[in-house]
Amino acid sequence: MNNQTATITGHRGLDHNEPLIFELDTPGQSGVDLPAPPDVNSRMGSHARNKPVGLPGISEPRVVRHYHRLSRMNYSIDGGFYPLGSCTMKYNPRINEKLARLPGLGDLHPLQPEKTVQGALELMHSCADWLMTLTGMPGIALSPGAGAQGELVGLMAIRSALEARGNPRKLVLVPESAHGTNPASAHACGYAVRSIPDDERGRVDFEAFQNALDEDVAALMLTNPSTCGLFENDIIRIADALHEAGAFFYCDGANFNAMVGRVRPGDLGIDTMHLNLHKTFSTPHGGGGPGSGPVVFSEALMPFAPLPAIEIKDGQFQLIEHIQDSGDSPFGRVKGFHGQFGMFVRAVAYMLSLGSDGLRQVSSDAVLNANYLLSQLDDVLHLPFEGPCMHEVLFDDRSLKDTGVTTLDIAKALLDEGFHPMTIYFPLVVHGAMLMEPTETESKKTLDSYIKALRGLIEQSHAGQSEKMHNAPQLTPRRRLDETAAARHPILRWNPKTEKTAE
Amino acid sequence: MRYLPLTDHDRKEMMETIGIRTIEELFKDVPDKALLKKPVDLPVGQSEIEVEAHLKHLAGKNLSPSTAPCFLGAGIYRHHIPAAVDYLIQRGEFLTSYTPYQPEVSQGTLQSLFEFQTQVALLTGMEVANASMYDGATACAEATLMAGRVTKRKKFILSGGLHPHYRDVTETMARFLGAETITPDPDINGQEDLLSRVDDETACVVVQNPSFFGNLQDFNALADHCHSQGALLVAVVTEIVSLGAITAPGDMGADIVAAEGQSLGNAMSFGGPTVGLLAARNEYVRQLPGRLSGQTVDADNRRGFALTLSTREQHIRREKATSNICTNSGLCALAFTIHLTMLGEEGFTKLAYLNHANAVVLADQIDSLKHAEVLNTNFFNEFTVRLSKPADGVVNALVEKGILAGIPVSRLYPSLSETENLMLVAVTETNTKQDFNAFIDHLKRALA
Amino acid sequence: MSEIKFSKDHEWILIEGNTGTVGISNYAQEQLGDVVFVELPEAGKALTKGAEAAVVESVKAASEVYTPVGGTVTEANAALSDDPSKVNSDPMGDGWFFKISITDTSELDDLLDEAAYETYVKELD
Repeated sequence: MNNQTATITGHRGLDHNEPLIFELDTPGQSGVDLPAPPDVNSRMGSHARNKPVGLPGISEPRVVRHYHRLSRMNYSIDGGFYPLGSCTMKYNPRINEKLARLPGLGDLHPLQPEKTVQGALELMHSCADWLMTLTGMPGIALSPGAGAQGELVGLMAIRSALEARGNPRKLVLVPESAHGTNPASAHACGYAVRSIPDDERGRVDFEAFQNALDEDVAALMLTNPSTCGLFENDIIRIADALHEAGAFFYCDGANFNAMVGRVRPGDLGIDTMHLNLHKTFSTPHGGGGPGSGPVVFSEALMPFAPLPAIEIKDGQFQLIEHIQDSGDSPFGRVKGFHGQFGMFVRAVAYMLSLGSDGLRQVSSDAVLNANYLLSQLDDVLHLPFEGPCMHEVLFDDRSLKDTGVTTLDIAKALLDEGFHPMTIYFPLVVHGAMLMEPTETESKKTLDSYIKALRGLIEQSHAGQSEKMHNAPQLTPRRRLDETAAARHPILRWNPKTEKTAE
Repeated sequence: MRYLPLTDHDRKEMMETIGIRTIEELFKDVPDKALLKKPVDLPVGQSEIEVEAHLKHLAGKNLSPSTAPCFLGAGIYRHHIPAAVDYLIQRGEFLTSYTPYQPEVSQGTLQSLFEFQTQVALLTGMEVANASMYDGATACAEATLMAGRVTKRKKFILSGGLHPHYRDVTETMARFLGAETITPDPDINGQEDLLSRVDDETACVVVQNPSFFGNLQDFNALADHCHSQGALLVAVVTEIVSLGAITAPGDMGADIVAAEGQSLGNAMSFGGPTVGLLAARNEYVRQLPGRLSGQTVDADNRRGFALTLSTREQHIRREKATSNICTNSGLCALAFTIHLTMLGEEGFTKLAYLNHANAVVLADQIDSLKHAEVLNTNFFNEFTVRLSKPADGVVNALVEKGILAGIPVSRLYPSLSETENLMLVAVTETNTKQDFNAFIDHLKRALA
Repeated sequence: MSEIKFSKDHEWILIEGNTGTVGISNYAQEQLGDVVFVELPEAGKALTKGAEAAVVESVKAASEVYTPVGGTVTEANAALSDDPSKVNSDPMGDGWFFKISITDTSELDDLLDEAAYETYVKELD
């Protein structure tokens, strides 16, 4: 270990070495007191458990300390700038957390009688209204659990619409720059994928698209702005061509932060689009979820939207949970119950807080911040596609050629500088991609600080400091982890029989 | 606008640096007819004071289970969440962090997921578990697709004791992939014959224990039979607390377990977000969808954790991935693992027994009534009651008295006449003697 | 008399009579980085020339391995499941993937010999 003062305990000041809960076991101990059970005869018969589960016992104070210490090993938006492209790591407002926990919202059972949850249904309806207005689309399904499931729902509606016409067709066009969930979702919908290339402008190659568009094509899945951070100029032409060919237009709405309040995808000719409430609409990322991926629909696809739906009848909100109660042709159900209600509450609170004027300012500032990064870095980093960019900017690693320093090294060195790195090696269409999305909730000071750090690291790369870059990070809770060993000999759980590993 | 740090001065300065005069210049690639010239027709932004008032108003229109005797289950349960859980998950380092793609600064998330994966494996009696799915229903669907990949077969048999939402989600996902689902009639009495339906085209049989109707069953014989036909047994658990008191599915021959983890750590939240659990035998690990946190060492040879076996996933394998899932249910999984860690072996088994004992008290009281009968011989904390009248009307009558008495089975099985008089009743550690008295009193009157 | 030939997808095949041993080239393993897992075909599997025969995985990528010639798989290299790193340390020897009994030896004609493959690889960089 470099520049590390040895300590007796192995802890280092406020940074503690924290074991696994299984290594903290005090048999018989519990962090929860419970009332004594009533005296009854068991009705579990021979199905009662006859062996222990094997869980460790720990007191409440020690449990709290465990998770407190674990949390301190995490980078977070609250802690610093998080410029991950296409993730939209904006500030997660705390009022949203408070309101999601209100009695009467956070504690409702999904199958309470409808008349006892009119406020909840009204909230969902309101969420749906806002999202349809912002996107300019007439229909919506709120239920998908996250963006990827939203993609699948959009495709399922498309396939159902085509089946209703008599031919589901065979494949889906997907740009080579697309996020991996796109082809994976196409596959889950029973479609093969035909890849179409980007052109030298970082956008879909229109001619290649036209050549690929035949009668076997059910849909195009297009991210707009693209995963290169650029607005697809040909989008209306693309929509027209698809519709003429009897195909549908799926838009991946992950990058809606660039457009919210300023452009309505419905005006661009799309048929369906998923939204990520955990991106554009500020609901927290939580270390990997939960998300929420509502999907908007055009007139042609609305009838096929999945269950459940919300309708208003005689002034009362109603949940449509069964096909027989629907006047339409829902293709089925994709999730238990009604969708990620807790995220609807947060998103509604966010949309109410910002309002139509605030949301318009969001896309302005998001796009401005990204272009500011572009203008301050394009002399030291190679910009593969001419700007302006939208809410995110893409660089490649050409400027690092012959330095011995890779995109990965720069990312790891940024960790030592106190920043979470940008998205790396995505999209695949450029070499050593660095995709940066600052979002609108970062100040100019923060951007300047990041720019300074990045410029400095690139300078160090050219000044022969590749060794330092290869050894980064040095100052984080762990240094580079051996991901090869993790994959070759997967250890996916604690096992009482496993040898204690090196600390 | 409190979430927008840029000042007008900043904006002006930055635009000058970039070399533009108006922000519209950055939107030049947008077709002019699609570029809105003014804000959309929605209300303008509001202060916290106003937003809070509005949402409290909406909350006030709902009957809150926190203040009403609540006996609702059917896949989502009211349990007591220790206060520390909600405080810990709201630490910014957990709440506002991202997927742990940079493991050096994500050990908090990665270690807690490793612990979560271990706990899920222990509870279910399986060898390996993933870092969560959206919910139990999608976990169930993904389990069948996984069984399809392992066996290279396309027929899934879904027990009549499976939660109808789980059945519907599985059927929807299977249909789009050209797989067939067999869905026998609802198994109210826990006596369906699935064995005779299994053949050499069956990928898996999906059973739920406790069943949707509350019955407890032993699946050893079914598991053996499936295996003899080259099929897998998928076991579903919708009330995860039950595993503190009943035999684990892994100890009954299950090959894959799909479960809902909401009961631990997570408020009911009108049904979402919740947390799906997926566990399996080691030999199927490469067919598991979702994320996996794996143990390794860092450059200083210190133990650490990283996402691993990523070549199963969409960001690498794209259309050949085991699933399209990306974001899962991280924070809900964290709440689950913190709650279970606080309970520990003693607390968890005690909690499970307490749930069962409370349920027995109420079941006995119901059985002593005229016009009401508990159908189950064995159950955990939920059972089916046959009433002398349609359950829908009885439930509504009790709601008028401020009691959430149960769920009419017809809410999930709307077209069946034989379920019209059936009501699902769930009892947990949160139900008191006063709850039981109120329930029985008002039920008596409603049935008179 | 054994002979080694290469495909443009960086597979090599060591031909001994009507049997071929197939693996990936040194260039391929370098590009992949540390190999963590190899998915091999089962003995008895029939493959046509150019069909996907195996998948080789590194931490961050999965690549298909195509058979340079049609035939029936006779054996897969079981040692790779315990130690996939052999693909990196000895790609042309112990890191072999599978053996195949060749149906039509004329399918070998369009493959590159060692010298031609080396030239081809130089031009890629």
